[in-house]
Amino acid sequence: MSVYFPHKKLPYLLLLPQLVITFIFFLWPAEQAFEQAFYQEDPFGLSRTFIGLDNFISLFSDPIYYESMLVTLVFSFSVAFLGLSIALWLAVMADRVIHGKLAYQTMLIWPYAVAPVLAGVLWWILFDPSMGPVALWLKYLGVNWDHYLNGDQAMILVVISATWKQISYNFLFFLAGLQAVPRSLIEAASIDGATPFKRFWTIVFPLLSPTTFFLLVVNLVYAFFDTFGVIDATTQGGPGVSTATMVYKVFSDGFIGLDLGGSAAQSVVLMFLVGIMTVIQFRYIERKVEY
Amino acid sequence: MIENRPWLTFVSHLSLLFGIALVALPVWVALVASTHPTSAFGAGHIPLWFGDQALQNWGSVLFDNAGSGVDVPVWYMMLNSLIMALGITIGKILISLLSAYAIVYFRFPFRHLCFWVIFITLMLPVEVRIVPTYEVVANLNMLNSYAGLTLPLIASATATFLFRQCFMSIPGELVEAARIDGAGPIRFFFDILLPLSRTNIAALFVIMFIYGWNQYLWPLIVTTDDAYYTLVMSIKRMLSVDNGDVEWNRVMVTTLLAMLPPIAVVVGMQKLFVKGLVDAEK
Repeated sequence: MSVYFPHKKLPYLLLLPQLVITFIFFLWPAEQAFEQAFYQEDPFGLSRTFIGLDNFISLFSDPIYYESMLVTLVFSFSVAFLGLSIALWLAVMADRVIHGKLAYQTMLIWPYAVAPVLAGVLWWILFDPSMGPVALWLKYLGVNWDHYLNGDQAMILVVISATWKQISYNFLFFLAGLQAVPRSLIEAASIDGATPFKRFWTIVFPLLSPTTFFLLVVNLVYAFFDTFGVIDATTQGGPGVSTATMVYKVFSDGFIGLDLGGSAAQSVVLMFLVGIMTVIQFRYIERKVEY
Repeated sequence: MIENRPWLTFVSHLSLLFGIALVALPVWVALVASTHPTSAFGAGHIPLWFGDQALQNWGSVLFDNAGSGVDVPVWYMMLNSLIMALGITIGKILISLLSAYAIVYFRFPFRHLCFWVIFITLMLPVEVRIVPTYEVVANLNMLNSYAGLTLPLIASATATFLFRQCFMSIPGELVEAARIDGAGPIRFFFDILLPLSRTNIAALFVIMFIYGWNQYLWPLIVTTDDAYYTLVMSIKRMLSVDNGDVEWNRVMVTTLLAMLPPIAVVVGMQKLFVKGLVDAEK
């Protein structure tokens, strides 16, 4: 672009709505969180005292916060790994078939449209220990399923619900990636006698790596920030804190525990994390990887 | 097809069908559960075949009240959800079209600063800054209002970036030609830029509509008055009663009805949806 409209005031006028909304609903709250992180407030919001870094110190000396970090990591990487593997498998299969590709695609992408909280409710009822059919089948297999009491099972339940919703997204991007693999390469390899299995691991999978890496980042971001509904509907962070991710803890400490300073300190930590992730994503996009 | 391997083709179809069945399983169970009376859930496991209460359950949830502690009917909450979703979608598209236009086609002091201020909002979801945002909205007296439901969620930069990319791909010669012909910035915007970005706007509309409709945490904390309940968040209210009192058949009907509009949009406008998804992540 080298042609611009010579106007002094119009561009500001055009930017005004977006800037006003950004200031009121983003910069102002972010500033408040930052400020509040250095204060201790009573639960009714009547008085507050400046306590410096105490909120951060107590946050980072609290073993529960480290546990919540661990929960977040286990949850996010399980969702990303499971979601990527299943979606890749399905995409490879869909790329092979000739008839009904679009029908398969349609039947696989609709979960994207389901709100996380609804995904959570749907899987909860399947796994509910007293009425869920899957819990019943598991009982026949000798597994005593009760995600209300067993922390590991609660984690499995939220991972399944969150993955279910994300498969469609990964599937679409993998399918697009597969269709971009040059046919001539595959043909050459098959003339040389490479089996489909070998062709996949030596040609297709390496060529897909930009897509895979991109999806890994997106899936981690999704599991970090967009799965609040899944957790709130199914386990509410429990039993104990075994499924309380960092984002869930910001909410539960702030709104349920009414520890506003602690919640604000956690918000600040998360904003910092988001900043790092944005830089990673931005640099990655800057490199203009094809997908 | 490189070579003919009938066995592998068979495995492909089988895997896909299995995948589809697995993905659809929870919806099937929900559908079945929605056709039984409430008493079917207290005693034992969810039946695996349809009951005979389908019409009663669906009709009463849609038109009388959702039940389980929510006293407004689903059609009313659907209307609220629609207002919120459209408000977010149209708001986002409008303000981002304007700001992207300013950033790409004008040169002015503090242009980079404005760009970065907008960029900061790109990745910070409302969940992360939930407590202070709530306080700001409470200070502005916007709790229990459509403005409170929609405005804070319009503050995101994804759409601005998308339109910025889209505008930058429009050849500069077109702008030059328009200027030689005497078109001012407003005329250029309406007569050239908007028609050229039609598909991008439509694709973004699909994605943002789903995003808006599926909002959960924000409506949950800013609405305490059931006149402003949205469909997706009402599920939480229905589940907040004592465990034994949850009317699962009604919860399932509400869940299915809450899923229906965005799914219809995805399936009905699949091409635009896929385009929007790919664009939004670029």
